[in-house]
Amino acid sequence: MVSFIIRRFLITGVLLVVISLVSFAIFTLTPGSPFPWADLNPKITPAVKEAFRKKFHLDQPLYKQYAFIMSGMLTGKLTSIKDERPVLKKIGERLPATLRLNVASLVIDMIFGITLGVFAARFAGRWPDMLTSVLAFVFIALPGFWISYLVVIFLAQTVGVPLLGTYSFGVDFKSTWQLVFDRLWHLFVPAIVLAIGGIAVQSRYMRASMIESLSEDYIRTARAKGLSDDVVLYKHAFKNSVRPLITGIGYLLPALIGGSLIIETIFAYPGMGRLAYEAALERDYPVLMTFNFVSAVLILTGNLVADLLYAFVDPRVRLQ
Amino acid sequence: MSETPRQRVKRRFLENKQGVASAVFLLLLAIIAALFALFGAFHLGIPTDPNRTNLALKLVPPSLSHWLGTDNLGRDVLTRLLHGTYISLTVGFVAVFVSLTIGIIFGAVSGYLGGWADDVLMRVVDALMCFPTFPLILTVVAYLGPSIWNVVIVIGLVSWTGTARLVRAEFLTLRETEYVRAAKGLGQRHAAIIFRHILPNAAAPIVVTAVLGVPDAILTEAGLSFLGFGVQPPQATWGNIITDGKAYILDAWWLILFPGLAILATALAFYLTGEALRRAAQTRTERK
Repeated sequence: MVSFIIRRFLITGVLLVVISLVSFAIFTLTPGSPFPWADLNPKITPAVKEAFRKKFHLDQPLYKQYAFIMSGMLTGKLTSIKDERPVLKKIGERLPATLRLNVASLVIDMIFGITLGVFAARFAGRWPDMLTSVLAFVFIALPGFWISYLVVIFLAQTVGVPLLGTYSFGVDFKSTWQLVFDRLWHLFVPAIVLAIGGIAVQSRYMRASMIESLSEDYIRTARAKGLSDDVVLYKHAFKNSVRPLITGIGYLLPALIGGSLIIETIFAYPGMGRLAYEAALERDYPVLMTFNFVSAVLILTGNLVADLLYAFVDPRVRLQ
Repeated sequence: MSETPRQRVKRRFLENKQGVASAVFLLLLAIIAALFALFGAFHLGIPTDPNRTNLALKLVPPSLSHWLGTDNLGRDVLTRLLHGTYISLTVGFVAVFVSLTIGIIFGAVSGYLGGWADDVLMRVVDALMCFPTFPLILTVVAYLGPSIWNVVIVIGLVSWTGTARLVRAEFLTLRETEYVRAAKGLGQRHAAIIFRHILPNAAAPIVVTAVLGVPDAILTEAGLSFLGFGVQPPQATWGNIITDGKAYILDAWWLILFPGLAILATALAFYLTGEALRRAAQTRTERK
């Protein structure tokens, strides 16, 4: 167990170095200046441009730039080109909101994905199964930005209050309950929209896993003992089928973090994704590089947690 | 006479009504896209120029003369949608072509060589899989400047990891087969073994991932278009019709609804076709 964790940390470290190199390469090899405004303004002389390049160490050889960025990122000294605030601080301010959103989505993915998957497996080959299968493909094919827009507009029209940010702005709540409800409401609507694709994916996994379990010998034994269909399905087959879904967390995380960029932009949700979008507009590459790095750390941590959880719930799995 | 594997896949695909209907729909879309790309416009009883503005007829709801209504500049939505078909399909197919090429080469080399080369190459794939692809594409397109070719190439460049893993897995099993060993024994060159002997036998799963990759690229392009980083106006794309329309959402629902449905229907048709192909190509033991 301990040696497994140590090994995983080493592998994770190597992966992070590769990731940082790749993202550094992307930002330095692609043409385009981080000061696009400088080319448009005739009053900015080449000397001023050079001063800017110097200020952000862009005049130095690539390996020095890389060392500068990485050491700056890890010590927290790296600053944004736009407002010269420390990048880690900027991302740190946005991280909790993104984490809340992604964790909420992940929970929704699991709950609804499992429910739909069990439902489909129970009626395997019959019309409820076909229906959920088509529904799952519709969920995957739904453009996230489109459905979020429809949801925003629909809520604005029916409730009369636009659902933007993390709380209703300028409203005095009489009780704590209303306040809590308001926060949850602002969290869960974007989370549900973000979760739609993952629900479909998880439901397909759950269905396949459940059908596989149902063909096992111990299910036949349980049926032969005269147990009812429901007990066999929900008690015997379910437990063993749910385990593989934990691995699915690893697949869902990159999609969730990527997807939250669009969702956060539309719902004006103050998360990391929206920061990245704004940074992309401004070509603020220290922010973008740190965003990629932090995302990778989140995803790798998620994978590690999923693996540990898997070993925890399934004693047959030995961590090596 | 028993049927060949190819005939069997074909028969089983044709038995799947969902798959056939989706494939027919996609064929229709492809024909529309090709006609619009070749001739620019032709007469269907609808306006022919997607960019012709007519401020006297702005934000007209769906009617007989404008089947899907007009936008804020009086441009016909249906005409713009049909022109957008060409963009979406081109993006989908070219991006998949790029990602397949990289994925096949990467996966083939990794699976064929095995050993430490395989270890190194697969760690690179692992690292790339930790990138949330959408923000990555967004940044690169922001740097390169948005244009259809930049968008397509960048989508292709970041989405090959799945294909590489799949091709590698196929190669790992296929390289142990007797006909590959026979080819090696006959002294054939590595390239010939990879491309002539192994690759054709891995064709089925590769075709399936290709078909399933097209809608992913289409959805990504639509998302980029929506954020303003996709193909630029005045060229109509499904994504930027929605972007233009969102300012008028309370007055003109048709500007948002129809392009969204077009994206949804197209992506769905690709997914269903891909799923039908996957089922048709499965061997008996894989089927559950």
